Amino acid sequence: MEKIKVQHVTKIFGKHITNALKLVEEKKSKTEILEKTGATIGVYDANFTVNEGEIFVIMGLSGSGKSTLVRLLNNLIETTSGSIYIDGEDISKMNKQQLRKIRREKMSMVFQNFGLFPQRTVLANTEYGLEVRGIPKEERRLKAEKALDNAGLLPYKDQYPSQLSGGMQQRVGLARALANDPDILLMDEAFSALDPLIRKEMQDELLDLQQKVKKTIIFITHDLNEALRIGDRIALMKDGKIIQIGTGEEILTNPANDYVKTFLEDVDRSKVLTVENAMIRPITVNIELDGPKVALQRMREEEVSVLLAIDKKRAFKGYITADDALEAAKRGEKSVVSFLKTDMPTVPKDMLIQDVLGLISESPTPIAVVNENKLVGVLIRGVVIQSLASETEGVTKDE
Amino acid sequence: MSKMLDSIPTLPVADTVENVMDWLTGSFSPLFDFVQNGGKTAMEFITGMLVAIPPVVFILMIALIAFFATKRKFGLAIFSIVGLFYIYNQGLWDELMNTITLVIFASIIAIIIGIPIGILMSKSSVAEAIIKPILDFMQTMPGFVYLIPAVAFFGIGVVPGVFASVIFALPPTVRFTNLGIRQVPKELVEAADSYGSTGWQKLLKVELPLARSTIMAGINQTVLLSLSMVVIASMIGAPGLGREVLSALQRAQVGNGFVAGLSLVVFAIIIDRLTQSLNKKKS
Repeated sequence: MEKIKVQHVTKIFGKHITNALKLVEEKKSKTEILEKTGATIGVYDANFTVNEGEIFVIMGLSGSGKSTLVRLLNNLIETTSGSIYIDGEDISKMNKQQLRKIRREKMSMVFQNFGLFPQRTVLANTEYGLEVRGIPKEERRLKAEKALDNAGLLPYKDQYPSQLSGGMQQRVGLARALANDPDILLMDEAFSALDPLIRKEMQDELLDLQQKVKKTIIFITHDLNEALRIGDRIALMKDGKIIQIGTGEEILTNPANDYVKTFLEDVDRSKVLTVENAMIRPITVNIELDGPKVALQRMREEEVSVLLAIDKKRAFKGYITADDALEAAKRGEKSVVSFLKTDMPTVPKDMLIQDVLGLISESPTPIAVVNENKLVGVLIRGVVIQSLASETEGVTKDE
Repeated sequence: MSKMLDSIPTLPVADTVENVMDWLTGSFSPLFDFVQNGGKTAMEFITGMLVAIPPVVFILMIALIAFFATKRKFGLAIFSIVGLFYIYNQGLWDELMNTITLVIFASIIAIIIGIPIGILMSKSSVAEAIIKPILDFMQTMPGFVYLIPAVAFFGIGVVPGVFASVIFALPPTVRFTNLGIRQVPKELVEAADSYGSTGWQKLLKVELPLARSTIMAGINQTVLLSLSMVVIASMIGAPGLGREVLSALQRAQVGNGFVAGLSLVVFAIIIDRLTQSLNKKKS
């Protein structure tokens, strides 16, 4: 299951590398090392594993070392110390031939500015990886055409990259990577040069594609929203160090330190979104009219296990759970009041999401949203995170 | 103060260079003789072939090439017809053919030597650091100076002329090849590497095609520089239009000098435009 394993990987640029490495071991800071030795820390003691079939996002602002890190994975940049295992083999100890074999057969890269060869047609670009492997002409043409067909680009195969739009060029970049049928895709800010609408489209396409082909994908981005949308797990980098690794939800609800917190505040939309933007329609039960059987029926219908309780004036009264309702129905009770729970927190609908994130992560139940004492919605953790990640408001922080 | 300067004897730079040259001519004279004879035969053969082509056919051929190379525009084609007719009319046709042979030989040799050196420079910073000052030296040294070793190695005639022209015309091809390859966008080099290209695959499939137009600009410079050297090379007996200029100079014949000089200009313009249009053709 473990596809990529990165162990104590450090990359130092410049001279006096051994001195700098010593200082790294002494846990000195990046600026201190730069002052003392003139060496720049690219990546600093990185440790993580990526599982097969996972989309692993490495996120950080520019200069955080994320692009260096992804280039260490296919040895475009050599590691200074540490080990990188691909399927259990340490690539930092490989000779040129072994490395070429890995690059040709196991991993392909997609670039921020597409990295297409301008003098080659779309088809010839897509064939490139197969061509350098020495695959016969006819076979590589068929494979490349199939990859282009999957991307819906077959009609453009004889055009040159400069004749295509950015989004289409990146689809060619992706088709070129997939034509090789690699296990691992390295995507370096692959969608960052595209405009927001196209970017979202490409993200969706990538997710669809991932459903079908199940590659192991390392995705580099500076955009939190993108990271949350597509990442199974996210590693957050700063100054060459990985600060936190976790699912989007873990990072959002439980930032490892102040830096992560400010980064999130800086980038995400929780600052501008109010509770009203993130809430969903509540499934309710009327405590003055409905009994346990009606409640159970409604839960089945809406496929939920909790109903929010209101009275005739839609005032919020609490909630009931399916287990309690079932018990009560068995006992033949006619009202839900006897097992009504009231420990659900409430928030006003115009509160900022930023201010309720803590509450959301702590509360075992969803949160009721009220307006002038009336129930207007409900906040569910997953939906809140999704709304933070959505692109509709266009407040992405771009470089 | 000047006494102190005078107290140091003249450093034996000239003597040393002379000794090295003597040693070279002495030890390698069979090789030089072989090159001299072989080169002379080859060039005379080419010139003979060019002269054998009827001038009308030759002029029309050049005009046709010019017409198609400039995307079917008439400008250069008409200029070629008029210009080449002028040279023929002035009785300088055979000299022109000699000059063409000399320029072609010198340029091709310079390109064959220059492009690999340029590639080496682009791949190794150490090579670049060593070769760059040598190129600077070659370009700032007056062209005449190259005639001296050329004569020492090969005597007089067309081969030393080509030798001096090659040295004089080499630097632009080397520099532009180096520049062109170094200017290939980093991302494309990374793309080539990340798909597991070997060094040769990267060079032939990515770097050279992308550096093509820059290298062509260097080749254009090399061709023109070798043409300009042709005049100088006539001092050591290289045949061609340069010899006409030289003899006009020696006899102070302004009219003849102008005629031959103008012929050189016409020829220069034609090959300059032709090599430039080769560059533009694809892009």
